[in-house]
Amino acid sequence: MHEVSIAQGIVELVEKQAKAHQASVVEEVELEIGRLAGIELYSFVFAMESVVKDTILAKARIIRHDIDGEGRCGDCGNVFPVQQLFDPCLQCGSYAVKLVKGTELRVKSIVVK
Amino acid sequence: MCTTCGCNDTQHAHGHEHHHHEERRIIDVEQDILQRNNLLAERNRGYFETKHILALNLISSPGSGKTSLLEETIRRLKDRLSLYVIEGDQQTANDADRIAALNIPVFQINTGTGCHLDAEMVDHAMKHLEPKEGAVLFIENVGNLVCPALFDLGEAHKVVIVSTTEGDDKPLKYPHIFREADICVINKTDLLPYLNANIQTMRENALKVNPNIQIFEISATQGAGIDTWCEWLTINQSIIK
Repeated sequence: MHEVSIAQGIVELVEKQAKAHQASVVEEVELEIGRLAGIELYSFVFAMESVVKDTILAKARIIRHDIDGEGRCGDCGNVFPVQQLFDPCLQCGSYAVKLVKGTELRVKSIVVK
Repeated sequence: MCTTCGCNDTQHAHGHEHHHHEERRIIDVEQDILQRNNLLAERNRGYFETKHILALNLISSPGSGKTSLLEETIRRLKDRLSLYVIEGDQQTANDADRIAALNIPVFQINTGTGCHLDAEMVDHAMKHLEPKEGAVLFIENVGNLVCPALFDLGEAHKVVIVSTTEGDDKPLKYPHIFREADICVINKTDLLPYLNANIQTMRENALKVNPNIQIFEISATQGAGIDTWCEWLTINQSIIK
């Protein structure tokens, strides 16, 4: 259940930003979550709903962009979609794949008042 | 129209901040959610480097033999190296008691319902342990192959421990941690004759997920492979110095 820690991290980060911009309400939070970031989305949504209670994010709309995995083969340089962490290169079969997308865990923007 | 802020109310005074802050504003944040943990982890890493401390983050499922491996390692190395242990568990000080029985400084962290250690907990433990220059610090994470993969503690190496009884497809079932770790210890090799698990298949699966992972085959209770593991520790500690 590290999804709870992640959700708490989002709340802390957003509260800090809102405070720095002297805002009292957060209306929207835009997130980027990679599909290979190790986040169980079901648990994450549940965790978010729980941790925003009694914070300035309580009524915020959460916009989530789920980012597909993409890898670059360390042997042949091929860039290809990655569904699972151990997918081999589609061109040469090598497992020396570096993930270039899909591990994001970012707060992209917020809308405040 | 008000020429200062563009609203339709021409009567209001400017210079009072709250008026503007009623406006809806978009703030570009572009920050990593784990940033706070990552910053603290880098702080820990800096501390370890300055003091030439080799810090290892030991991660495995519950019951794979992390504490047994530590006990055997400590018995063999404690006369040669300064060893320190942080024990992470949800409840009890049982593991810390096992380590303390070997006369090694140990600090127990109980995470309660938490499923992993984070960088702040390690920082807290350091303030209690105050490890010596050139020490080896073992951080035994909470028994869990999932959550600890995401949380950098500032360690030099993540060591994933998997026992033969867990099945040879474990690396494929829990790829995140095998990808994050650079060392893999396969424990309980003495039980192989009684199991269907094939150690070669386990090795191949680990290498599929992470072609650079270094693998040690060990029986913590019978002693097989421990010498190679201790030699690796000694060499890596001396490199840091």
